[in-house]
Amino acid sequence: MTAGGSVGAPAPLLELRGRGIVPGVVEAEALVTHDPISGFGGIDVATGTVIEPRHELFGVCFTGKVLVFPGAKGSSGWSGFFQSTRLMGTAPAAMVFNVLTTKAVLGAIVTRVPTVVEAAPDPLDRIRTGDLVRVDGDSGVITVIRSAASGTLPE
Amino acid sequence: MFLTDEEKAMRDGAEGEAVAVAMDLLIRYGDALQAERLVDTRNVAGTMTQPSPAKRALFEEGGWAKAYAVINLDYDGELEIPRMKVPTCQLQHGFGPDAAGLTSYSPQSIELQGSAESYYSERGVNILATCTPYQVGNLPVRNEHVAWMESSAVVYCNSVLGARTNCEGGASTGAASLTGKIPYWGNHLPENRFATHLLQADVPIDTFQEWGMFGYFVGEEVQEARPAVIGEFGQPDLADLKHFGAATATSGGVELYHIPGITPEAPSLEAAFGGGIPPEPVRYGQREREWVYETLNAQGTSTDVDFVLLGCPHASLDQVARIAHLLEGRSLHEGTELWVMTPGALRTMADRNGYTRTITKAGGRVLTDSCPAMSKAAPPGTRVFATDSAKQAHYLPAILGIEAWFGTLDECIDAAVTGKWRGGLS
Repeated sequence: MTAGGSVGAPAPLLELRGRGIVPGVVEAEALVTHDPISGFGGIDVATGTVIEPRHELFGVCFTGKVLVFPGAKGSSGWSGFFQSTRLMGTAPAAMVFNVLTTKAVLGAIVTRVPTVVEAAPDPLDRIRTGDLVRVDGDSGVITVIRSAASGTLPE
Repeated sequence: MFLTDEEKAMRDGAEGEAVAVAMDLLIRYGDALQAERLVDTRNVAGTMTQPSPAKRALFEEGGWAKAYAVINLDYDGELEIPRMKVPTCQLQHGFGPDAAGLTSYSPQSIELQGSAESYYSERGVNILATCTPYQVGNLPVRNEHVAWMESSAVVYCNSVLGARTNCEGGASTGAASLTGKIPYWGNHLPENRFATHLLQADVPIDTFQEWGMFGYFVGEEVQEARPAVIGEFGQPDLADLKHFGAATATSGGVELYHIPGITPEAPSLEAAFGGGIPPEPVRYGQREREWVYETLNAQGTSTDVDFVLLGCPHASLDQVARIAHLLEGRSLHEGTELWVMTPGALRTMADRNGYTRTITKAGGRVLTDSCPAMSKAAPPGTRVFATDSAKQAHYLPAILGIEAWFGTLDECIDAAVTGKWRGGLS
């Protein structure tokens, strides 16, 4: 994982400011869901996919993506499940969420990926799946570098 | 986050490297939560012995010390793991020797777990091996600060016992065990313990099944919030509230609820809201009750039941006794299995009282340590299972890809004896 924003990169489309809780900088495609994510019974750690039948991301792989989600739900095993994705090489590249719970916060820490919480404007409204996003866990800034749609500012 | 001189010394290595690493994790965790400080605890319920592919790889690389360092302390360096500083118990984990050969669950995992039990019990971890530590010797008192995992135990601990815990994880409990500290945040603060939502049951909540269905509705409705519930309640017992809380933490993420007049922090409805005016109640009537029943039963089409699972969360001695009573002189349908999950300590009492013998004689089994959802394994060939637990009915179809029926204990026993699901909402 390398820092983005190299010389000659296009100007950012949008900046969202929050609080970095796990340091590091990464650029990757966003995967956005409005449904909270469950660990136990919610994800398969071997493949890095969501397995909860009624979930918006059912069957979708989050490995290597900037996972933008409301927060954690379900069992206390949440942090352990996401830690296992790190150990098995299926972890997301970064996490962005706004509902602060012990499950999600501890999960982000042990997954060891750059994480920004409590960002404004609301990442769920402004980031789309497929957008190229830089997450800076040191400064707490999330930058949409390229829109998935047309390279224009996300609505 | 504010640190006392004692905590700074721990961070700087005064109590050894493992304690320093544990304190470092608690500081990262507390800072991320924006906790003002840590709080002392002398009661930790976590998980160390549950086998997983990632844990096996770490064990093979560097023994249990390596597994504890990485998984329970988020640390990659070499560490010696000292004796736990404060009383610590192991919650439910994988299947134990009593379930060997009953499913495709690997004998190597049972062996690995046995090895972990030896290592951790030498370091002071009590292997309670249950999701219900409060049934078998770990009963915190009101206002006690504890660090527990397991959502159904957390909600019972906060709500029924009035002790204080957040929903912790493997790493935060691992660090708490070695330091006797946990972030003072969330449910530890008195001002965060008042109800935020009011729900009113307009149908009688007076049986184990009704408590579970109502809990499933409450969790779906409030998600992570703190509900107070009122209505036409029968006097609940331990099993009823165990079922209710587990259901609220399944469809939602409830960690604390109040039942005015019953749970300790709510002597009255007003007290549940901290003296504030309660909001307008969300109503739970016949339509909502039917919605819950249909949702939990939307995962079954075949009425040929080949597996009945009771004891989620782990059965109380009273529940085991009732199951034994219902099975007295009867035999299970050929090709239908019945399992009762209970803590090992209660299994001993069930043996002593003859309950195990009655259940076994009918063709069922009394098992400990785990459950099909935790161990991702059911009897070979299981396609359709039945349970009296809203939580297990919710999780097991997703985890094992099987069909589910949810009903009363009587209906589950009937299914075990006839091989047919004949349940329905009364």
